[in-house]
Amino acid sequence: MNRYSTKLRALGVACTMAALVFGTTNVQAEDTIKVGVLHSLSGTMAISETTLKDTMLMLIDEQNKKGGLLGKKLEAVVVDPASNWPLFAEKARELLTKDKVSAIFGCWTSVSRKSVLPVIEELNGLLFYPVQYEGEESSKNVFYTGAAPNQQAIPAVDYLMNDLKVKRWVLAGTDYVYPRTTNKILEAYLKSKGVDKKDIMINYTPFGHSDWQSIVADVKKFGSAGKKTAVVSTINGDANIPFYKELGNQGVSAESIPVIAFSVGEEELSGMDTKPLVGHLAAWNYFMSIDSTKNSAFIDKWHEYTKNPKRVTNDPMEATYIGFNMWVKAVEKAGTTDPKAVQDAIIGVDFPNLTGGTSKMLPNHHISKPVFIGEIQDDGQFMTVWQTNKLVDGDAWSDFLPESKPIIADWTSPISCGNYNTKTKKCSGQVFK
Amino acid sequence: MKANSIKCCLRLPAILMMVFSIAIHGDQEIPSASKLQDALSFLQQGSMADREQAVNQLADLGASSLPILQALLDGKLFTLKSDTSLVIGIDNNHGYAISDALTGSEKGVIERSAVTKINLTNNLRVALRKIIGQLQLSADDPAVRLSAVKAMANEEDDNTQSLLKARAVIEKDEDVQQAINVVLLLKDMNSSDKLIRIKAIDLLKEQNNRDVANRLNAMLEKDEAGNFIEADAEIRSVAKAALIKINNRLQIYSSIETVFFGLSLGAVLVLAAIGLAITFGVMGVINMAHGELMMLGAYTTYVIQQLMPNHLGISIILSIPAAFMISALVGIIIERGIIRFLYGRPLETLLATFGVSLILQQSVRSIFSPLNRSVATPEWMSGSLQLNDFLSLTWNRFYILVFCLLVFLLLLQILKRTRLGLEVRAVAQNRTMAKAMGIPTAKVDAMTFGLGSGIAGVAGVALSQITNVGPNLGQAYIVDSFMVVVFGGVGNLWGTLVAGFVLGIANKFLEPFSGAVLAKILVLIFIILFIQKRPRGLFPQKGRAADS
Repeated sequence: MNRYSTKLRALGVACTMAALVFGTTNVQAEDTIKVGVLHSLSGTMAISETTLKDTMLMLIDEQNKKGGLLGKKLEAVVVDPASNWPLFAEKARELLTKDKVSAIFGCWTSVSRKSVLPVIEELNGLLFYPVQYEGEESSKNVFYTGAAPNQQAIPAVDYLMNDLKVKRWVLAGTDYVYPRTTNKILEAYLKSKGVDKKDIMINYTPFGHSDWQSIVADVKKFGSAGKKTAVVSTINGDANIPFYKELGNQGVSAESIPVIAFSVGEEELSGMDTKPLVGHLAAWNYFMSIDSTKNSAFIDKWHEYTKNPKRVTNDPMEATYIGFNMWVKAVEKAGTTDPKAVQDAIIGVDFPNLTGGTSKMLPNHHISKPVFIGEIQDDGQFMTVWQTNKLVDGDAWSDFLPESKPIIADWTSPISCGNYNTKTKKCSGQVFK
Repeated sequence: MKANSIKCCLRLPAILMMVFSIAIHGDQEIPSASKLQDALSFLQQGSMADREQAVNQLADLGASSLPILQALLDGKLFTLKSDTSLVIGIDNNHGYAISDALTGSEKGVIERSAVTKINLTNNLRVALRKIIGQLQLSADDPAVRLSAVKAMANEEDDNTQSLLKARAVIEKDEDVQQAINVVLLLKDMNSSDKLIRIKAIDLLKEQNNRDVANRLNAMLEKDEAGNFIEADAEIRSVAKAALIKINNRLQIYSSIETVFFGLSLGAVLVLAAIGLAITFGVMGVINMAHGELMMLGAYTTYVIQQLMPNHLGISIILSIPAAFMISALVGIIIERGIIRFLYGRPLETLLATFGVSLILQQSVRSIFSPLNRSVATPEWMSGSLQLNDFLSLTWNRFYILVFCLLVFLLLLQILKRTRLGLEVRAVAQNRTMAKAMGIPTAKVDAMTFGLGSGIAGVAGVALSQITNVGPNLGQAYIVDSFMVVVFGGVGNLWGTLVAGFVLGIANKFLEPFSGAVLAKILVLIFIILFIQKRPRGLFPQKGRAADS
């Protein structure tokens, strides 16, 4: 019956050449598993997201060489939401209803994830989100393979406080949801550690801010109060280059006031003049420079696939790699690509990450990861100066904000809830707030 | 096999010699050459603790290890991959010109990939700077001595102090003498003698020195138990008075700094807007692709820098005419291809040029990839002009300010004194009349648009030095450019200049109070209100042509 209708459809559209092409893909779709890739290929975010699209294509290619999944080939459906947040939602709907993809890998900014969220929950799809983010969310349909604040921001602050003896803090960020929430958590955390309010300076700048003169001068003044000062930067992508340039020009060195960044990775560094950055810090769950057999194999494959021996790898790529492989393992375990079955099967699935440990999908849809802090070198790579001695479990709801402290996420029965209040013993619905 | 055995033979005597020398010297002092060797082998070990130990060992060896330490700090110390020997490499056109770190003998030029760099951490860099400072205290060059003293400013161990005291006696250079005095007085502030402390504070309060301010601030702080860190109330009051004096001076300098920040932000705005002042102001074309023409200028800088990677300074200067030509050419193509069909239809022009801007952005994305390109800053444009410890002007901003004024004057002269300028003004005032006088208006339109676009390209060269070179570069500046032109008065170059600087300075004075986001909003609100009152901007054009 099914095959007959397909034939009919193929016949029906065969009159024009163009439609014939569409018809044949439809026929083909019967024996492939479709995977949606939802990353911006144009607009502001293309700078970061294009790489992840390439990573996905490489991973799918590789899986197909290994014989595909459940005996079927994987097929990537790449769409371009063009850095336009509402378009993310539209494209996600298109992927789920028209292309009938089994899972979507995508999004970068939190605002794009938030815009996809209602669609993916309504149509019960699967989204693998590979970027570090502000936490305070856990959806039944989303798997967060990037870092939650306790896997990046909190360890970074611990390092500064304990190893570098930092006493005064500048929290600088771009003005949107990720830096605002992260800084809120960090401020609460610092205060809980006895840091005085006047020793914390918080500063927000617009997207793509390029004139950092007075802010850097302020940081300099703030740092000359006789106490060790550090900048915790959640400044996003594009604005970083002029920021570091200005720091260098005004003579703020990593030795006097170190800057620790959560959004500057190898990819961003490859487009920068690294001279003024040497010695500044970044916190991630993966560095390209980490020495492990898995990592060097991955880098070789990446160079081979992109035919460019200079292409760098970065943390969100590793998160994509882990997410994709966890999905593959879960589908194999469940024996089907049905989202409901995969959602149940994936919890507890583990997969070796690129830095030598084994990451595990937790009941709150976050994964366990190691945390690394590296100093930027002039070749655009990081040198690890500190790392956690074991993997850190991602925490969806920060314990340092009073309103989210009693909330936990647990998608296994009997709780089966993304925001379960342990005090009132109630689940307050799919999306908190 | 053969090679192996030779190596073996060579190694054996070496080992024997080592054993021998240890046997001979026993508990005597090991000669410094082998100590050096020893330290260097530690340096090549992977762990940072090993490197720290190596650096300390090198420090003990005194002046002879200075070149190695300096090379280490500058990132010029490498391990040769072929025989794991330690070399100092100097970057030249073809690779690294290397010389043996131990003996200093030349080893020729090798590929960059044939060596691995010895990496450093911040802790090591600080330690190195201090050690190098101690070793360089008696260098011949006063500038080197000065930086050596500065590197030691926060060191309070007795060794540093005695070194500085010894130097102070024989130092001839006034600046260095001064710097040494400050460091010694800073130390006196911790003295157990109350009079010495008061005297030190008294002498230091005339210094424009951040360390002094830091120290005084720290004195007035309270510790965790709520007691003042400085127990003596009299000293506290002296310190407080000194701090007030220093802060007053700091206030004055920081206002000067803010004005400079404002001027330099203004210069960037003027550069971005001045091309638009011609195309929009003189011709009346709303060119939404103006920002992308700047982007083309920035990419031209990148390409030229790629062509001549070893001549950063020259490549920047060459980029200026090149960027002008390329952007002007693209501008003329846009004018001839699209805009000339749309004269007198501003809405259509706006939409069409917006489309052009998207096409230009995406083509740059396809050609150069969506990633930002890195444009290096030449040495003479990095760093800052240090007037004193409280006031320094960054070089790149300073040059851009000068460059902006030059471009402005040049443009003014072109419009005033050349034939093209005359024709441009004539067409702008009254197109039909100019045509009747025999001026080829179509050609003038193309040339004017080309001129405006070329200036945008030149602005792109300047922007490449302060911001990202990427496909989105233009978008960030287009709104600001229109703002400046409209505020200054359409069709008036002086208006653009004044408007740019006024907005820049206003922005910078608002920023400390309101934050960057709100400052931008406030400036926009101000302009909206201003335009309500004076719709033609600061310097409206006068005369019949303007009224029509």
